[in-house]
Amino acid sequence: MSIPVLLFASYADAFGARRLEVPLEAPCQVADLVRVIRTLPGGDRLPAAPLVAVNRTWVREDTAVQTGDEVALIPPVAGG
Amino acid sequence: MTVPESGVLHVAIVTAPIDVGALLSRVQAPGVGAVSLFLGTVRDLNDGRPVSGMEYESYEPMAESELRAIAEESCGRMAGLRLVVVHRVGSLAIGEASVAIVAAHAHRAQAMDAAREVIESLKQRVPIWKREHYLSGEREWIDPTKVRA
Repeated sequence: MSIPVLLFASYADAFGARRLEVPLEAPCQVADLVRVIRTLPGGDRLPAAPLVAVNRTWVREDTAVQTGDEVALIPPVAGG
Repeated sequence: MTVPESGVLHVAIVTAPIDVGALLSRVQAPGVGAVSLFLGTVRDLNDGRPVSGMEYESYEPMAESELRAIAEESCGRMAGLRLVVVHRVGSLAIGEASVAIVAAHAHRAQAMDAAREVIESLKQRVPIWKREHYLSGEREWIDPTKVRA
């Protein structure tokens, strides 16, 4: 089992991919997911508390991730 | 009556150049006495480094829904406000508009406050990123949370 995670901009560069398959079983917490992502190649370039969205909504570390959720790791935003 | 008296009239993430005239015409209504337009444009210098262009990327479905949420929050706080918000993504040249916010109201204070409020929120919570291309040939994603040395 794995959880797909979308990457953008500087994070896509850091991991060399626009999508990760994180080896973890859902349900889990966002914090668990981030902890595993940090161990993947490129994960050392993440900030201390990266922003995460689940189903296109901002979430906190203790939010649960379910099978089929759309999870995205969001670099510091810089629109405008 | 097909055009609403107030509210969020148009929100979009686009790749084509922003047609400001078309956006301004969207907010026109008999009760409008003030139209405030904010444009964010690509400048040729950032932190002392000469910039040759800018590349924008978005998490499009979420960027659009966050933009809409911001616009709806402003309209919820301010009765009679008419809002249009468009952000462009892709490669932009110096001087081109990356974002346009048009706020219309019966009175100028509300129109100007709303345009400012929307751009400030947009910068805080809409998943859009920009990479500066420098004359030196280097490219760098902008991270507003970092202060450059």
